[in-house]
Amino acid sequence: MYRRLVAAAVSALIVGAIAIPAEAQQRTRLTVYTALENEQLQPFKTAAEAALRDIEIAWVRDSTGVITARLIAERANPRADVIWGVSAFSLLGLEALDMLEPYTPQGAEALRPSMRSDRSPMTWTGMDAFVSTICYNTAVAGQRNLPRPTTWADLLNPAFRGQIAMPNPSSSGTGFLTIAGWIGSMGEERAWQFMNGLHENVQVYTHSGSAPCNNAARGEYGLGISLDMRAVTLRNQGAPIEIVVPTDGVGYDLEATAIHRGTRNLDAARRLADFAVTRAAMEMYGRFYAILALPGVTAAVQGYPADFEQRLVNVNFREMGAQRDRILAEWTRRFDGKSAPR
Amino acid sequence: MRLGLAMAGLLLAVGLVMPLAVLLARAFQGPNGEFIGLAYFVTYASTPALLRSAWNSLWTGALTTAIVLPIAFTFAYGITRSRLPGRGLFRAVMLIPILAPSLLPALSLIYLFGNQGLFRFMLPADGSIYGPAGIVVAQCIYTFPHAAIILSVALGMADARLFEAAETLKASRFRIFLDVTLPAARYGLVSATVVVFTLAVTDFGIPKVIGGQFPVLATDVYKQVIGQQNFSMGAVVAIVLLLPALFSFFAERWAQRRQSASISGRAVLYRAKPRAARDMPLLLICLAVAAVLLGMVGMAGWGSLIRFWPYNMTLTLSNYDFARFDSDGWGSLQTSAAMGAWTALIGTPLVFVVAYLLERGARPGALSGFVRVAAIAPLAVPGLVLGLAYILFFNHPANPFGFIYGTMAILVLNCVIHFYTVAHLTAVTAIRQLDPEFEAVGASLRVPRWRTFLRVTVPISLPAILDIAVYLFVNAMTTVSAVVFLYGSGSKPASVAVVQMDEAGQVAAAAAMACVILAITATVKLAQLGVSLSLGRGWRPA
Repeated sequence: MYRRLVAAAVSALIVGAIAIPAEAQQRTRLTVYTALENEQLQPFKTAAEAALRDIEIAWVRDSTGVITARLIAERANPRADVIWGVSAFSLLGLEALDMLEPYTPQGAEALRPSMRSDRSPMTWTGMDAFVSTICYNTAVAGQRNLPRPTTWADLLNPAFRGQIAMPNPSSSGTGFLTIAGWIGSMGEERAWQFMNGLHENVQVYTHSGSAPCNNAARGEYGLGISLDMRAVTLRNQGAPIEIVVPTDGVGYDLEATAIHRGTRNLDAARRLADFAVTRAAMEMYGRFYAILALPGVTAAVQGYPADFEQRLVNVNFREMGAQRDRILAEWTRRFDGKSAPR
Repeated sequence: MRLGLAMAGLLLAVGLVMPLAVLLARAFQGPNGEFIGLAYFVTYASTPALLRSAWNSLWTGALTTAIVLPIAFTFAYGITRSRLPGRGLFRAVMLIPILAPSLLPALSLIYLFGNQGLFRFMLPADGSIYGPAGIVVAQCIYTFPHAAIILSVALGMADARLFEAAETLKASRFRIFLDVTLPAARYGLVSATVVVFTLAVTDFGIPKVIGGQFPVLATDVYKQVIGQQNFSMGAVVAIVLLLPALFSFFAERWAQRRQSASISGRAVLYRAKPRAARDMPLLLICLAVAAVLLGMVGMAGWGSLIRFWPYNMTLTLSNYDFARFDSDGWGSLQTSAAMGAWTALIGTPLVFVVAYLLERGARPGALSGFVRVAAIAPLAVPGLVLGLAYILFFNHPANPFGFIYGTMAILVLNCVIHFYTVAHLTAVTAIRQLDPEFEAVGASLRVPRWRTFLRVTVPISLPAILDIAVYLFVNAMTTVSAVVFLYGSGSKPASVAVVQMDEAGQVAAAAAMACVILAITATVKLAQLGVSLSLGRGWRPA
């Protein structure tokens, strides 16, 4: 009997395996790995499929860390054709593992030089920039008499003691791009000094990059250091939250596009990579992000300061990527694992 | 019989041991696969964070176990050995923490005790729920049902003749408890201890959400694998995390040697007689536990109807319009339900038959030893580690099983293996309480073994079998950590959607979907209760 049960189990597994992926198709189906926001997936897919009529996009979406780990783990037998909307830091990591297909998309030369691969042919192209900002809860600030910060240096004010949440850079890419920005604008020595001071005011280093802003929006903390686009969603739901873009320089990362080396649909993948740098695509990114890789495209998204772009720190992605292990080890030595939050 | 065990061994080898071996081998390899020996271990051991994380894991795990076990035992005792009213309902309520995605209790704790929480004033002014206190409270809630299931199976069957004999001998109630009740439940107690401690140590979801920056081993794995994509270092920490599994294995063996069958063929099923002095306190304790668990759910349910906690408290149903937040909308719930159903359908017979073969069929040997270890091991493997191991193993171009990659089949296999241990321990606990005489009588009557199994063992153990099936179903509905690496495009499970919505700041929508998942799992659980009740009467052919 048990033999029959096992046989039934095995055949059920096989039937399940065959039944699910069976789906007739004429269009080329591209598997696209992404860390884009969920609400962006449908519009991006619709626009790309309208522009490239014989291509169908199948998304696999997760947070940057998970999707990057998955890409690397799948390296022996790649499942993704295209990577669209994943951090440039991550793509440089993949490039170091020789996982990106060199290809210069049509029109990619027009992108800002700082927002595309420096290789020739290129390995990735930028889409837009996302920056680390301060999510500032005005309701909590009113209750606790917190001033409104305008610079990173303001965060050292003793009034903020125990009020700040920030992502742990060894768990979160957002955390790393934030400290990369500080190192870029202040120089490494002064950046560590700044972080020593900031540490006194931090209540918690979270493992997730979006948690500081989400929790600041709920009033758990007065201020959360997080990505800019997170705050927009929260405000629309009625959170008393303001985005502060510090005037003394903010670190940023890019969302970028690349073709996975080993794709079985190279031709279609190239055409999607071409589409990703077109003006139409950039205007689409501009509905969500303020700074776009193609100069001259005006972003439709609201609520950013006019001089936003000038506040970006000049980040050398390749250099920071190479230094990452050392910087994280130093950060961990100094700040990680406070025995209990204060 | 050997063949059956060999097939089980093969399945566990392919579904667990080989993928893990591929991943853990990374601990000895550099970034490009070259052998570098113990270099990563040396680096890791020379980081002061290691000892601190290990110590933190150890004491929070031990404290969780010390709190949960007595409560779970009392609760299980109440629903099995007393006449308090509503035992069936308590049986369903005790499962609430595993019926819902783990985010739900975490959210409730934040709503209740967070810095803006309703009961924040109960915490010391400079205290906070974020940190060890939050971890221990949340893990007590999360591990409670696992302990309660094992213990209620352990206490579920007892031979009334032992109690009669003890009473005739004028033994005190306390003496009866010590000499009759406890010894029969000893194996269950050891299993429950091992399960609670191991779950508390390996879970990373709770410390990630509510642990603040309090470092534990499980979040160290997360930092290495997700934060820095350093699989080698992650594998090193995962190996450290496997130590509790080794410990569990020896503890289980120790308990096994001391456990003898308590339900003989001549047994008379024990049914407690009403006795207010025992039933009233038990009822109060069970009510208190149920209130805590229901309060958790109620809080999250309320949160799912609120526009934006705590600033816009108007009620709305719009959070249930999932298509607004996630392109899969309600579809992910369908995926999850299918995944849960397949996991239960395939996992339950597998688990029960293997447990039976190990307990009643196999002579001790290398094969049965291997299957025993492999059945206990999944508990100590963090889902994140298992998920990555599955990618590395099943996605390898040379793997003949590679065709299941990216399909529902790999999700189901992963769930069966991931939740194997508690299901296995439940089955073993149930089978051990059966007298081997059943088989002996069957053999002397020349009834084939499988017929004894089907006509005697299975019907007697049906309550436990149903428990296993529901356990597998609900866990597959709520699991995140392993499947997050394995789902293909268009087959995103609802539990993953919950996490993604929460990450994106859509807390109320995340709570709403968690509540729908809970509604599905609770319905299944209630259906099982109905079936068990109708079975209960004809439970044992007299």
